Amino acid sequence: MVEAVLPAGWLDNSYRSVCPVWLDRCVTLCVWGVAAAVTAVFVCIVGDLVWHGIGQVSWSFIVDLPRDAGRAGGIGPMIVSTGLILTVCLAVSVPVGLGTAVLLAEFSSDHRLFGVLVRRSLDVLAGVPSIVFGLFGSAFFCVYLRMGYSILAGGLTLACMVLPILIRSVEAGIRSVPEEYRLGAAALGLTRGRAVWHLLLPAASPGVIVGLVLGIGRAIAETAALIFTSGYVTRMPESLLDSGRSLSIHIYDLSMNVAGGDANAYATALVLMVCLLVINWVASVVADGCLCRRLIRV
Amino acid sequence: MAKQFWCVGWLLVFMAANGGCGGESSEAIGKLVVTGSSTVAPLVAEIAKRFEQHYPHVRIDVQTGGSSRGISDVRRGLADVGMVSRAITSDEADLYGYLIALDGVCVIVHRDNPVRELTDKQIIDIYTGAITNWRAVSGRDTPIVVVNKAEGRSTLEVFLKHFRLASDRIKASVIIGDNQQGIKTVAGNPAAIGYVSIGAAQYEAEHAASIKILPMGGVAGTVENVSSGLFPLVRPLNLITNDEPIELARQFIEFACSDSVRDLVMEQYFVALSR
Amino acid sequence: MLIWGLRACAAVAGSVVLLIVLFLVTESLPVLGHMGWSRFLTDASWHPAGDAAEGTFNLTPIVVGTLATTAGSVMIVVPLGLISAVFCCYYAPPVLARCYRRLIELLAGIPSVVYGFWGLVVLVPLVRRFEPPGPSLLAGVLILTVMILPTIALTAEAAMMNVPRAYLHGAAALGLSKRATLWGVVIPAAKSGVLTGVILGIGRAIGETMAILMVCGNIVQVPTSVFDPVRTLTANIALEMAYAMGDHRSALFVSGLVLMGLIMVLVIVAETISKRESHG
Repeated sequence: MVEAVLPAGWLDNSYRSVCPVWLDRCVTLCVWGVAAAVTAVFVCIVGDLVWHGIGQVSWSFIVDLPRDAGRAGGIGPMIVSTGLILTVCLAVSVPVGLGTAVLLAEFSSDHRLFGVLVRRSLDVLAGVPSIVFGLFGSAFFCVYLRMGYSILAGGLTLACMVLPILIRSVEAGIRSVPEEYRLGAAALGLTRGRAVWHLLLPAASPGVIVGLVLGIGRAIAETAALIFTSGYVTRMPESLLDSGRSLSIHIYDLSMNVAGGDANAYATALVLMVCLLVINWVASVVADGCLCRRLIRV
Repeated sequence: MAKQFWCVGWLLVFMAANGGCGGESSEAIGKLVVTGSSTVAPLVAEIAKRFEQHYPHVRIDVQTGGSSRGISDVRRGLADVGMVSRAITSDEADLYGYLIALDGVCVIVHRDNPVRELTDKQIIDIYTGAITNWRAVSGRDTPIVVVNKAEGRSTLEVFLKHFRLASDRIKASVIIGDNQQGIKTVAGNPAAIGYVSIGAAQYEAEHAASIKILPMGGVAGTVENVSSGLFPLVRPLNLITNDEPIELARQFIEFACSDSVRDLVMEQYFVALSR
Repeated sequence: MLIWGLRACAAVAGSVVLLIVLFLVTESLPVLGHMGWSRFLTDASWHPAGDAAEGTFNLTPIVVGTLATTAGSVMIVVPLGLISAVFCCYYAPPVLARCYRRLIELLAGIPSVVYGFWGLVVLVPLVRRFEPPGPSLLAGVLILTVMILPTIALTAEAAMMNVPRAYLHGAAALGLSKRATLWGVVIPAAKSGVLTGVILGIGRAIGETMAILMVCGNIVQVPTSVFDPVRTLTANIALEMAYAMGDHRSALFVSGLVLMGLIMVLVIVAETISKRESHG
């Protein structure tokens, strides 16, 4: 199901005289052109990171504690903190997000007030600036719920932040599953719950994966929301109630507050990109494995 | 399978959270929360690290979020000590302030800019829009790009106070937030003029960045001139507390004000106090 | 049982925004209480330092700046995102498509401070060559375009992957060319997914802070050309929150409230347009 990509040139032998060939050529050219332009921008940004950062990256940079406000030393504690924050964020947002998406897509008709309200509020949530999330998270999680500056508070704030992305993508995925699947499930006598779990979510896996990837991207890149919640402390975190600095905050601090921090900021950004690449890959594989294998078993 | 995975995940979260609670209560006496200015935070974080080496059972968490956050957190009791990168105002006379270092504010231009010096009058004219071209101050024939700081920032306040300007008279072309942003904006624009923290500017000018520090009233903008008191634009970096500090907070503040952190202050390109 | 569980999830998700609005309202009440809304529209300028008596609090140019950057970037990025998705699904050979997708996923996860940096060092000098001073609406639009491209490209691609193959076979059987198939079959079928991406993209664009703050120049003014510097609501909050006290601080929370209102309006407009089109 996931491999809906048709082989290249799947229509090359089709009957062409319906529309002019030159127009098709133009479109093809344009599509390749855009792809090339996007790749060029990407290469420019990442190339810049690699060019300035690769010299600093070494094993000791990855595992060491930072020294001299981050100008020297490594980023070990930040990697651990980022991992913990991301784990908390996903542990909360994935179940809540999947549940909400299923409800919105399957169990709530388009005009029911509850569904409309939730959807609207999520759309608004998607545009709340991260600094507002940060101030809110610090007032609600850190002060009101007494978590203090902690990885837990940071992860929960991020969970609020990625919910709309996750829910909207998954919902779109579920909605695009052809009606025949539902009819088939009903004909087989599956309950709706089982139909969702065994059929719709697996069939919607592209949407789920996109939601995850975008959510993780947003979470791992987040700065402003975390400064006020998970904090600035560079010590190795011992529990989820410790404050811990994330990689993105470290990059921000080095580039905006610390004179001479640029080189390590680039290197940290490079490490962040590599982490992200690995996490995205794992997320895709896990989501694909969990969801698609089930589809086949049914 | 995914369900089991989530269950295990949640279990871990709660175990870790509980573990954290237990750990915290036994160490509560030895923990200090410091919040406030992002300019001072790297310095205080380094001081805290050294303090922790001296007293291994103490933990000092340094957080940032801006001077105003430092003040409001200290007032509401959310933090034990606050960091403020400006002078304590009359509204804040109820707080206890402790000066830990000084920071100068200097005017910078691009390194390729032929202008060597600007008088106070010229700087005022440039910032109020009376002079809009570098030619008028014997520079190249290009429009001046005036880089100003955002409303409320302490470097802006020091700058306004020194030149006796009101913030609504300034005609800026670019407004920036943090110090490094100012340096990078000026370094990327041969027609720009801006003002930033002196230590950072000196570091960047000596290393890679293409900026140049202009002297103020004949005094070169260097850390030495700030510490000797010659340089006119100076802002204090303070630690504040709500009440008379006791025990750990007092120890920490005394440590931060003492000579044993002098090298740290200089390493972070601030001006150590002469005692 | 199941449905109640799901409803609980949805209630949690939906209530987050209520909590945030509640938080913003309580924080901005002090200034709204003794000043009212009108001064945010009628004051001479934005110089909020000090208390309500001496400060001026006109948010209109900032709102215009926010709308201009968001609208500009969304207009550029929607076609780009769609074409990217089409490239991945229908033009690129599978290996290339997979690489390209990874690349876009990576773009989604670059911290905005890195984008901001890149914008400041590469983009702004580039814009300056055309028209000084450099930090401008145009630079902001371009950096936002790069930042929200992944959101739209990835959601659109997911939607296209889910277009039933039968549609494609049908199109092929009808002898439609690739272009006609895409235009007439794939994009309409993937519409709801694309719309999702657009809404998320608008959200990201309007809520983006750090990168915008570095490249937009942050001057409070109504831009007269794309080369004029502008300030957005988010940059306003991020720039001034660190040192704001009293009424100034409350006024910044009002910026936040206005921002939420804007998003609400934009989302409703986007949905109405899409509905009208699908009926028409």
